[in-house]
Amino acid sequence: MKIDLQGVEDAAKELYIRALKVLPPDIKQGFDRLAASETGATAQRVLGTMLKNIAVAEDTDNLLCQDTGVPIYNVTIGRGLEVDGHALKEALRRGCARATREYPLRSSVVHPLTRKNEHTSCGIEVPVIHIDFDDVPDRLAIEMIPKGSGSENNSFLKMAIPAEGTDAIKAFVVDCVLAAGGKTCPPTIVGVGLGGTSDLAVALAKRAATRELGTSCSDPEGAQLEQQLSKAVNQLGVGPQGLGGDSTAFAVQIELAATHITMNPIAVNMQCHSARRARATFTPAGVAYGF
Amino acid sequence: MAHHELTTPVDEAQIRSLRVDDTVTLQGTLFGIRDATQIHLFDRGRTTRFDLRGHAVIHTAPNVKKVEKSAAFPAGYAPVCIGTTTSDRMERFTRPLMAQYGVRIVIGKGGLREGSLEAFRELGGVYLAIVGGTAALETTWIEQIEDVDLDDLNPESLWRFRIRDFGPLLVAMDSHGGSLYRTVQQDSAARRAAVLASLGVKA
Repeated sequence: MKIDLQGVEDAAKELYIRALKVLPPDIKQGFDRLAASETGATAQRVLGTMLKNIAVAEDTDNLLCQDTGVPIYNVTIGRGLEVDGHALKEALRRGCARATREYPLRSSVVHPLTRKNEHTSCGIEVPVIHIDFDDVPDRLAIEMIPKGSGSENNSFLKMAIPAEGTDAIKAFVVDCVLAAGGKTCPPTIVGVGLGGTSDLAVALAKRAATRELGTSCSDPEGAQLEQQLSKAVNQLGVGPQGLGGDSTAFAVQIELAATHITMNPIAVNMQCHSARRARATFTPAGVAYGF
Repeated sequence: MAHHELTTPVDEAQIRSLRVDDTVTLQGTLFGIRDATQIHLFDRGRTTRFDLRGHAVIHTAPNVKKVEKSAAFPAGYAPVCIGTTTSDRMERFTRPLMAQYGVRIVIGKGGLREGSLEAFRELGGVYLAIVGGTAALETTWIEQIEDVDLDDLNPESLWRFRIRDFGPLLVAMDSHGGSLYRTVQQDSAARRAAVLASLGVKA
């Protein structure tokens, strides 16, 4: 299958706008689960406002949150595709800029030193584009994540050592949730990246924070730790918006990689309750949109 | 846990009557400010033509659409999506906002720190918590973008909104030294040891 780059550009635009408007069903279910078990009165009211907002955004065809975030495109290239990789990245950039200018969206992206905003949501190395491969024939998948800054500003890395063991991991995750407090717009998805190198641990934490709710770490030890930590962080009492309550996190999600005999890297990246993502899938039948 | 209907601008007595856990619905005028707005006002010597005395500011940078100026759109901007950003980054600006510009209400999410709480206590101010990430709802409380200043900083301009039934907002920090954030942080910190023990972490 030959990839039509105009189609990719159009999808890059469409995905950004879709992601900002409609929350994926797994996140909505996450809200329902938290609301069913929340015991705090203020926390119940806050969750109720969040649920109302999801409905208002859909009814008024508006953005869920004003933060258009840092745009991230995760591209997965299947087998037997004919695609010009460089041109694909350029098409994604053009689509991202078009969404910003044509909708129009707030461009939240600036140069890190001059703070100049090009009003395209683009800049040096942004949108962030990750390209990976899978073994599915004739399929190109593009996932779009507008990553909000409130949660992104609470990102943490600790290069723990082997002697500190898994205790270091547990304590670090708990302390990151405490340090973040209400600043991350809880309830959050707490993404934890374990192992690898420092950069890989951080990348894994982001992957974990943006993974579909209800899915588990593919490693059984990791999956078990997810369960323990998910229960633990919701006993801290931070609550929705940091105003107290049981609903601090939808879940703690973990992705892991092998690491060095001397290393025990732990990264934490959080996703806010407006846990937005959208997906376009290109097959010989055409393009289909989902989450 | 009283509910208050306030129309801006407000006076000190009105602010002093608010207590943590009360709720407030605002009418009238609301000013939008953000990181860059305050960096330019307080670090780079710029000034605004707006009179902020007794007013409310909200930590925001809206999505707007440029349109022809008209009676409906006097600033040449139509609101698209207006929400609230994390306040903590702007902690050091609370006191100068109050002391130099006379602001009495700060609206934001996630809370402010002890320095702001002290400024609220000394000068008569309050922090009203809005639910972050609920901008679609918040946008329905904004009637109009009336005016804009420092617009070279767009989207972090200084915005003047006309609002209607803006809230209910939660009084999360008051002028009597009360802070819901401090209470929750102290409670959470006190729970840390038990939570780590439940995870089998050796002290």
